[in-house]
Parts: sequence; C-alpha cells; structure tokens
Amino acid sequence: MSIANYLYLSAILFTIGAIGVVVRRNAIVVFMCIELMLNAANLAFVTFARINGNLEGQVVAFFTMVVAACEVVVGLAIIVTIYRSRRSASVDDASLLKR
Amino acid sequence: MINVALDVGTTASPESYLFYVLAPLSVVAAIGMLLVKKAVHSALLLAWVMVTLAIFYIAQEALFLGIVQIVVYTGAVMMLFLFILMLVGVDTSDSLEENIKGLRIISIVAALGFGGLLVTLLSRATFGRPVVGLSVNNSEGNAKGIAVELFTRYVFAFEVISALLITAAVGAMVLAHSQKAKSKFVQRDLSIARFRKGELKDAAGLPGSGVYALHNAVDVPALLPTGNPAPSSISAVLQARGDIIETSNFELKEQTEEDK
Repeated sequence: MSIANYLYLSAILFTIGAIGVVVRRNAIVVFMCIELMLNAANLAFVTFARINGNLEGQVVAFFTMVVAACEVVVGLAIIVTIYRSRRSASVDDASLLKR
Repeated sequence: MINVALDVGTTASPESYLFYVLAPLSVVAAIGMLLVKKAVHSALLLAWVMVTLAIFYIAQEALFLGIVQIVVYTGAVMMLFLFILMLVGVDTSDSLEENIKGLRIISIVAALGFGGLLVTLLSRATFGRPVVGLSVNNSEGNAKGIAVELFTRYVFAFEVISALLITAAVGAMVLAHSQKAKSKFVQRDLSIARFRKGELKDAAGLPGSGVYALHNAVDVPALLPTGNPAPSSISAVLQARGDIIETSNFELKEQTEEDK
C-alpha cells in the first residue's frame, strides 16, 4: 500500500467536512464538520511527518488539536448564548444583520 | 513502541490491511454524519471517525498523538458537544430542506471538484518520493521525541498557545455567564412593597380562596365578612382562563315550600 493513501483519505474527509459546513443548518453539526476538517488536516500532518522523517509535523498537529479545542469551547459558548436569546440553534435563524 | 516497518514509499501488509478496513469505515461514517437528521447521531458518527483517525496515528508512529486524539477529541470535545446538545435540545432535528435553491447540488459539485483537485495534486506531489520514516526520531520513544521538539524549537509557540487556551476558557465563561439584570424579588421585598402601596388593605396578604364542602375550592372566591365574594382570592391564572365558580352557588338559600 502506498503511504499516499493516508493523504487521499485526509483529502476525502476534509471535503466531506466542507460539504457539511455548507449544507447542514444546525450550528452544532456545522461545528462538528469543522472538527472533521481539522482532524483531516491533522492526519495529513502526521503522514507528512512520517514521509519526511521528522517530528515537526506531529508537533504542528498537536498545536492544531489545542487550537481546535479552544475553537470548540468558544464556539459552543456562542451557540449557547444565541440559543438562549433566540431559542434556535439553526444558522439560518441568526440573520439579524440582513434585515 | 509500535513500529510498522516500511519499504520505500509503501507500507508493510498488516498496516495496509488496517487501512483498507478502517478507511472505508471512517469515510462511510463521515458521509453518514452529513445524512443523518439528528445531531446526536452525527456526534456519535464523528466520534467513530475520530477513533479511526487515532488508530491511524498510532499506526503511523505517532503514538502520543493517537492517545491525545482519543483523550482530547473522543473524550473531551465530543462530550462537550453532547453536553451542549443536551442543553440546546436533543429533539430539535435539523430540517433537511434547502433554503437557497440548488445549494446542495452546487456544493456537492464544488466539493467533488475540490476533492478531485486535492487528490490529483497529492498524487503528483508524493508519488515516487521515498518515505523516510520516524524510526530515528522515535528511537527514545515518540513522546520524548515530541517533548524535545516542543520544549526547544517550539517553546515560544507552546507558551503562546497556552495563553490562547486560557483566553478561550475565560471567554467561554464570560459568554456562558448570564448576569441577572436585577436581583430576585424575594418574600421580604414583596412584604415591603405591600406596606408601601399606600393603603393597608392588603398588607396582611391576599385572602385565601373559599372553602366549601361541596367543591374543590381553589376556583371559588372567598366570602368577605360583608357577604360579598373576593375576586382577589383566586389565582390570576384561573381568572384568565375563566375557571371561576360563582360563590352564590354555595350560599345557603332559604328553604322554599317545595323543598319541604
């Protein structure tokens, strides 16, 4: 098996995550799709670390995980705040600036 | 140390079996994540994708990251997602009808183009390149190798990211905290308000609703000493609904000739 298969898998998962961000309307599911994209990027980092034979890719993947954790914490807090005021977690409902 | 041997550009067969079993499963779970209606099911499928990714990390000589992936993602992050789902309401299933016309088709076409581009790009970038492998870097253990990188070359980035983590935690607390605009109206405040109203008629509290042997009496007004019903003795909710029974129904009537 070629090691590039991991990179293909990463590309496919990233694409699926991107579709989810565009298509789904529940803000929480959109967040999960963003997590999927970050995870796919991490897989690419780990694979490239192995291809190139140094650990820097793994260190960057580690940093990505920390940033993803921060993003989830703040994002979910925002979702809870929006839900509290509008009683809905749909991204289409939060269109107050449009009107 | 898990160290799957690899030739130049290819991997040994156990790892390829692992990949060919788990990779389709993870892709199917990821696609299912988009198709299921309930957010809880999406969360479970995403957790499965994350577990398979952790296995891939471990197979790719990134033992530390694999364990961190399980602990942080499937453990902490997915639990956080589930908690928020419970807060926001599990039952609110996403309506899958599209708001913008043709959005789904356009996005799928765009995604196919993007994915195809990415895959061809990757194939041209990596085919024919020898894979070095991490056996040298991991000779003292993967965690130690990462620690050496993290605390020497990347120590500044490490500090910055710790600041980011603390900022995010404080930010989440600020966002999730809802301060009450005014303090709660307790019994003491009610009592003070009654006495300051000017007249002392209701200072002792409202009269209780009437008690009559013939009827469960919350919906019957009390009788004042004068013999008149007191509407304030009945809950405002019942009054709004109109579920009030006239007091006169229960008054003693003078016996007529027919009753005898």
